[in-house]
Amino acid sequence: MLSNVNLAAVWLTLKLATLTTVILLTVGTPIAWWLARTRSKWKGVIGAVVALPLVLPPTVLGFYLLIALGPQGPVGQLTQFLGWGVLPFTFTGLVVASVFYSMPFVVQPLQQAFEAIGARPLEVAATLRASPWDAFCTVVLPLAKPGFITASILGFAHTVGEFGVVLMIGGNIPEKTRVVSVQIYDHVEALEYAEAHVLAGGMLLFSFLVLLALYSRQRASAWK
Amino acid sequence: MKRCFTPLLAGLVLAAASLTTQAAEVQVAVAANFTAPMQKIAAGFEKDTGHKALLAFGATGKLYAQIKNGAPFEVFLAADDKTPARLEAEGDAVPGSRFTYAIGALVLWSAKPGLVDAQGEVLQKGKFNHLAIANPKTAPYGAAAVATLTKLGLFNVLQSKFVTGENIAQAHQFIVTENAELGFIALSQVMIDGQLADGSAWIVPAHLHEPIRQDAVILTRGQDQPAAQALIDYLKGEKAKGIIQSYGYAL
Repeated sequence: MLSNVNLAAVWLTLKLATLTTVILLTVGTPIAWWLARTRSKWKGVIGAVVALPLVLPPTVLGFYLLIALGPQGPVGQLTQFLGWGVLPFTFTGLVVASVFYSMPFVVQPLQQAFEAIGARPLEVAATLRASPWDAFCTVVLPLAKPGFITASILGFAHTVGEFGVVLMIGGNIPEKTRVVSVQIYDHVEALEYAEAHVLAGGMLLFSFLVLLALYSRQRASAWK
Repeated sequence: MKRCFTPLLAGLVLAAASLTTQAAEVQVAVAANFTAPMQKIAAGFEKDTGHKALLAFGATGKLYAQIKNGAPFEVFLAADDKTPARLEAEGDAVPGSRFTYAIGALVLWSAKPGLVDAQGEVLQKGKFNHLAIANPKTAPYGAAAVATLTKLGLFNVLQSKFVTGENIAQAHQFIVTENAELGFIALSQVMIDGQLADGSAWIVPAHLHEPIRQDAVILTRGQDQPAAQALIDYLKGEKAKGIIQSYGYAL
């Protein structure tokens, strides 16, 4: 049912979304923790920066990434200095872009989960002589588990649905940057509607199932 | 109650007014390579005739799909001659209105001075990481680039270095930002007043690919619209021809 090019695009998309989600959980947890706990005047600024991809058109993000990551851009200068070359048109470049693009979808559920826990359980843990790290691992993480699950699902699904940013910095290279959404666009442009339907229908089904899983979970936990 | 309806009513009146005052406008779909000259031509057209041309730019293949699916364009300036002919055959264009408004030139261009030599030998040497082209499936300049490389016997060697823009505007963007060292685009994109604006270029000899005949056509929606016919007449006039040639097109 899936041609080889379509299969390659699906595989690439899954790889990109998985890697992005793992990185975002690692990077996003401390950010969300800080946002949930801090009284710093910077809280508003950092929170706003993290949320920017929610409101910015992907073209804005893609355009600035193309310039910033390019050979003349500040990030591009740095990556060249480090001997990594430049990132646009590479899989690594897509991962970097996706981390920015899907950041709010991971950080915000985590932040809400941390805020809901409040300071009290940690204070109790401290009186029982748990170190802050110990308390975080044994108290906060289990309590915030629903937040982590929501964050993972949203981060993954949102990266799968990414299009504009990839179109602008990807260069449409098979097996490196041609993800499913770009492949669909290509098929539609070339009037290959049958091929487009297979992938587009698959995306529709996937997105529905993801959201169904998410909302069923939330309903179930609300009743507990 | 009254308070909340007043702004709503005002909004509706404004919306209705904006719908009724669009007299003598013509909606034009324009192939991406013709963006710069068409903007100039449209400005002159408005000044000389009073009609306003609303321009939408994109890849010819995409514009075709949009037209087939009911996009409100009245005139179509394509990047090839096949697409307008197809629209005419399929009954979406006014028969007999088709004509060649420009013959495009393909250029191998780099934003860096001196990178591309005047004979295009830089391609044989292959000392670059990325070669930008427009999608050959949908963009005529992309197809011409592939034909050129095939004729030079370099297609298989260089294929792994391709980065494909959705249209030549995006291919140009890849090169300008220097993410791709060089690429095949339309001469019109890098030419101002008959001269190369910046960077370095090899103007691909016309015999290396099929001529890029760019045809315009009046679409069914533009039938009997005076502004659409006026634009076609204006495109055939000396003023427009001068602008078209100054961007490196043949006529």
